[in-house]
Amino acid sequence: MQLYKQTLSLLKKEILLEWRSKYAFNGVLLYVVSTVFICYISFNLNGGFTGSTGYPVMWNVLFWIIMLFASVNAIAKSFMQESKNRLLYYYSIASPQAVILSKTIYNVLLMSLLSILAILIYALFFKNTVGDPLIYFAAVIMGSISFSTVFTMISAIASKAGNNGTLMAILSFPVIIPVILILIRFSKNAMDGLDRSLNYGHIGVLFAINAIVIAASLILFPYLWRD
Amino acid sequence: MKFIYLSWWKYLAVAIIMYTLLAGFLLGVPRLFILHETIRNTYFHVPMWIAMFTVFTISVIFSIKYLGSGNEKHDLLAVECANVGVFFFVLGLITGMIWADYAWGEYWSNDPKQNSAAIAFLLYCAYLVLRNAIDEEQKRAKISAIYNIFAFPIMIVLIMVLPRMTDSLHPGNGGNPAFGKLDMDNRMRMVLYPAFIGWSLFAAWIATLRYRVRLVEYNRNSIN
Repeated sequence: MQLYKQTLSLLKKEILLEWRSKYAFNGVLLYVVSTVFICYISFNLNGGFTGSTGYPVMWNVLFWIIMLFASVNAIAKSFMQESKNRLLYYYSIASPQAVILSKTIYNVLLMSLLSILAILIYALFFKNTVGDPLIYFAAVIMGSISFSTVFTMISAIASKAGNNGTLMAILSFPVIIPVILILIRFSKNAMDGLDRSLNYGHIGVLFAINAIVIAASLILFPYLWRD
Repeated sequence: MKFIYLSWWKYLAVAIIMYTLLAGFLLGVPRLFILHETIRNTYFHVPMWIAMFTVFTISVIFSIKYLGSGNEKHDLLAVECANVGVFFFVLGLITGMIWADYAWGEYWSNDPKQNSAAIAFLLYCAYLVLRNAIDEEQKRAKISAIYNIFAFPIMIVLIMVLPRMTDSLHPGNGGNPAFGKLDMDNRMRMVLYPAFIGWSLFAAWIATLRYRVRLVEYNRNSIN
C-alpha cells in the first residue's frame, strides 16, 4: 500500500513536471517528425519506390527502427535530467522500487502517446498497406510498453556509469533486439492481415519479456541507486 | 570458494576430455545423409556452448553474491567467468561455422540461432565495455554485476527460446526434430554427455586460473 501511494505521487510529479515544460514530449515528437521526413525525402529521391515489391517490408521495418531510436533518445533522459541532490531527496522520502516503478510507468505513458502520434505521422508520409489496423495498433502499443520497461532500467544503469549516449546505446541494443524481432514479425502479420490467432505466441513472449524485465528492475534497482 | 583450490575435478576434466577425444574419433557413429563423418563435430561444437552456459551461470551466481556481500573476490570471479564464457562463445561459433560450411554450404546462412548467438555476443561485449567505462572499483563491480544479472535471462531467451519459434537449420528448432530423436544413437550419447561435463569443468578451471592471477594482482595493489 505504501509502495502504491509513493509510486502514485512520484508518477504525478513526473507528469506535472513534463506538463509544465513539455520538453521531453516536444523534443521527441520533433525528433520523430524530422526522422520520418528525412526518410521520406531520401527514399523518394528515385521514383517508383512506393509501388516496388519490397515496399511493405520496408514500411514496417523502417517504422520500428525510427521508433527504436526515438525511444532510446526519449528514455535516456529519464535519469539524466535528475540532479544528484534531487535523487537523494527522492530516496529519503520513497522506496527505490517506487522510484523505478514511477519512472517506468511514466515512460510507458509517454512512449504510448508518442508512438500513436508517430504512427499517424508516419502513415501520413508513407502510404500504408496495413491489412489489419487494429492488430497493428496493438503491436505499436505493445512495442512502446516493451521499449519503455527495458530502456528505463538500462538508462538507470547508464546514468550511474557516467551518463554518455554511447553507453546507453551499446547496453540497450543487444537487450532490445529480441523484442524488436518479435515486434517486426508480429506487426508484419498484422500488415499482411493474417489470422489473429497467429499472434498469440508473439504477445505471450512479449508479456513474458516485460514481466522478466520489470521483476529484474524491481529487484536490482535498490542495489543500483546506492553510491 | 574452497572448491577452486581442490585438484580432483581438474584431473577429472582432463580425463573426461581425453576420453571424449579418443572415443569421439574412434567409436562408430550413425551414417547419415549429408552429415556423414562430420556428425563427430557434435562432440566439440555442442560442448563449447554447454561450457559457455556453465561459466556464464557461475558468473551470474557470483554477481548475485557480490550484490549481497560486497566482497571484491566475488566480482573478480564473475568477470573472469564472463571472459572465459566469451572465449568459449567464440570457439562454439567457429566450430559451428566450419561445420555449417560443410553441412549447409555456407559459413553464415542467416540462421536464427546463429543470429541470436551473435546478438548474445554483443550483450556480453557490452558487459565488458561497461566495465571499462567506470573507473571507481566498487562502483564498477556493482553496476556491472547488475548488468550481468539483467543480461543473463535475455541471453537465455535469445539462444534457447527465440530460435525455437521460427524456422531454423539447427536441430530441435522450428519444428525440426530434436537431435536426440532422429539422428543420434546411444553410442553418441556415451561420448556427448561426458563431453558436456568435461568441457564445463575445463572452462571453470580456466576461469579459476585467471581469477587466481587477478587475485594476486589485486592483493598486490591493495594497501594493507
